[in-house]
Amino acid sequence: MTAGITLEGWGWRHAGRRAWAVRDATLTIEPGERVLLLGSSGAGKSTLIHALAGVLGGADEGEEAGRLTLDGQHPAAQRGRTALVMQDPDSQIVLARVGDDVAFGLENLGVPRDEIGPRVRASLAAVGLDVALDRNTDHLSGGQKQRLVLAGALAMRPDVLLLDEPTANLDSEGTQEVRDAVARVVAERGSTLVVVEHRVETWLPVVDRVVVLAAGGGVVVDGAPDRVFRDHGDTLAELGAWVPGRPTGVTKRTMRPTPAPVLTTSDLTVAYDKRKPVRTGLNVSLPEATSTVVTGPNGAGKTTLALTLAGLLPPVAGSVDAAATLATRKSRHPIDWSSKELLTRIGTVFQEPEHQFVTTTVFDEVAIGLQALKETPAAITARVNELLELLHLARLAKANPFTLSGGEKRRLSVGTVLATRPRVLVLDEPTFGQDRRTWLDMVALVQLQLADGNAVVSVTHDADYIEVLGEHHIVVGR
Amino acid sequence: MSLIAPDVPATRLDRLNPVTRIVLALTLTLPLLLTLDVVSGAVALGLSLSAALIVGYRPGFILRRTWPVLLAAPLASVSMALYGRPSGQVYFEWFLIRVTDGSLMLAAAVFLRVLALGVPSILLFSGIDPTDMADGLAQVWRLPARFVLGTLAGFRLIGEMLADWRMLGLARRARGLGDTGALKRFITMAFALLVLAIRRGSKLATAMESRGFGGPTERTWARPSLVTRRDHAAVAIAVVMAVTAVLSAVVAGTFNFVGTGT
Repeated sequence: MTAGITLEGWGWRHAGRRAWAVRDATLTIEPGERVLLLGSSGAGKSTLIHALAGVLGGADEGEEAGRLTLDGQHPAAQRGRTALVMQDPDSQIVLARVGDDVAFGLENLGVPRDEIGPRVRASLAAVGLDVALDRNTDHLSGGQKQRLVLAGALAMRPDVLLLDEPTANLDSEGTQEVRDAVARVVAERGSTLVVVEHRVETWLPVVDRVVVLAAGGGVVVDGAPDRVFRDHGDTLAELGAWVPGRPTGVTKRTMRPTPAPVLTTSDLTVAYDKRKPVRTGLNVSLPEATSTVVTGPNGAGKTTLALTLAGLLPPVAGSVDAAATLATRKSRHPIDWSSKELLTRIGTVFQEPEHQFVTTTVFDEVAIGLQALKETPAAITARVNELLELLHLARLAKANPFTLSGGEKRRLSVGTVLATRPRVLVLDEPTFGQDRRTWLDMVALVQLQLADGNAVVSVTHDADYIEVLGEHHIVVGR
Repeated sequence: MSLIAPDVPATRLDRLNPVTRIVLALTLTLPLLLTLDVVSGAVALGLSLSAALIVGYRPGFILRRTWPVLLAAPLASVSMALYGRPSGQVYFEWFLIRVTDGSLMLAAAVFLRVLALGVPSILLFSGIDPTDMADGLAQVWRLPARFVLGTLAGFRLIGEMLADWRMLGLARRARGLGDTGALKRFITMAFALLVLAIRRGSKLATAMESRGFGGPTERTWARPSLVTRRDHAAVAIAVVMAVTAVLSAVVAGTFNFVGTGT
């Protein structure tokens, strides 16, 4: 059986917030419809999808307005009829063994023991995850983990499948695995599907309706995908969605011939823990004033390589050598440089922006590197304001970095590093899960760096990014 | 992450329900707290070591795994030898230090006691699979499923937090804060870790709730956690071992109720 969803002037305000996350949403989703939910960041897409899953919580978690029903009843009263898959599988896998994790929902719903085994196996087969039931869940790849989460959701035989950016952290292979598994299951069972995702292209073959939430409340656009993207392409691009067939408008630079390398490695072995080398025998170089992209499957050691190039992780064997123009008087090896010497030489933007935030305001966050370099207060203020303007963060100068949205955090993390004008910029997945607007900002920032004669190296899976910035390519194999 | 279940060789103890291991550890150690003497300690340690070898532990593994108590036992006994209640012949005296017949006897008793308590406890508690333990605690001992499964799920986050901590440290170096101010650096790392931990934790809680966890329905268990005759036999053997140790002290006349002295 499948279920229909009805919203009548529905809204939700999180406890302690002045603004409504969602308001005045009126919408009917028929049983078996497959809906792509779009909207700018802050339009409340996640809030709505959590409400449909019945996990927003009670009156102490927030205030509810209007009506939201699933076949006439509130979703929170009907656990198990909806199933939710969010981004980042690592924080959704509950148990240490594959079979146990899929069974978790069934046990909670009180399914009799002799039914659980067959349903677990059927769900794993449905998502194409062919591993032993006692396999350690930590030892799966990103795409496998997310399919495991999906199997756990499907085992409950939900009438409505809710997906909140389920592929945001996955490489292209993982993204396709998950999308195909969902497509197969929805086709077989005729379940209702609601999916939130910036990357429209991924889900276009699966959905038959597009709904766009407005940031101020209400639904702005609603209809069949072809028509919506034809008639409202500009509006959607403005909201940050990746409208199919709409070029990014950014072009690749024309390259000057063979620039000299600014960093090279010789027979480099990289690892977090020297007893467990991730990759060995790496001989790569980063040309100056050039954008280098590092690609390869999940778990291949791309991040480890980037952090080693950046002078943060010591080489296990071999070496990273800086060109004479970049080296300090004492050493050519970045790992030997002091933290302060790194600031003007190699800047690193981490995959998780939160890992690199160290102050309590956006302004201080950008200023702190300059303070470490003992620049004058006037020079610091001027540089910080210039960067915040460039990053569209000026109005947030006094906000706490941890409270920003995903796109804002990403932009700030780049700004903090650019402040000290490093000659080499290392970016780890700079465009993961970002909407189109932040994506364009990121690419523009990288191009500015290149124009200033600095080298940029990016670890990335993003095909559009590689298309524009893949001037030099390092492939890290498995 | 091998943090929770590090490499421990398979033994016959694996065939027991994990909660039985807790019972065994308590049975073997609690009676030894009644008396502080050489005989009961020696007998208990001898029996525990024999049992460990019989169930399949290799001597090398026992040594490697129990090193903390192997270190603690001589330390504890040396202080007993130097400061323990004096009696009998005095061998050496300096300030508060008085090495006597009595204090040496006490030192030997403490040495054996620490080993007799520590060795079986460490061996019994190492290598328990947390999932199996959770099954046992919830199904056999009927601890609340919410609490047991919440804890078990939380354990998975420890590995992620260790990775976060490492990244936070690398990021401080990248941000120019790596050279000085270790205390300030630690504080910013601790704060960031807290924020990340809360975020991961609440996300996990949402994921669990979306899969019906904490709902009104009575929970079922896909895998029964069984207590069999084997578990009963193991506990019976442990009782015999403990009683033997204590009785041997009574028979030898060395039984010394803790706190009463000689």
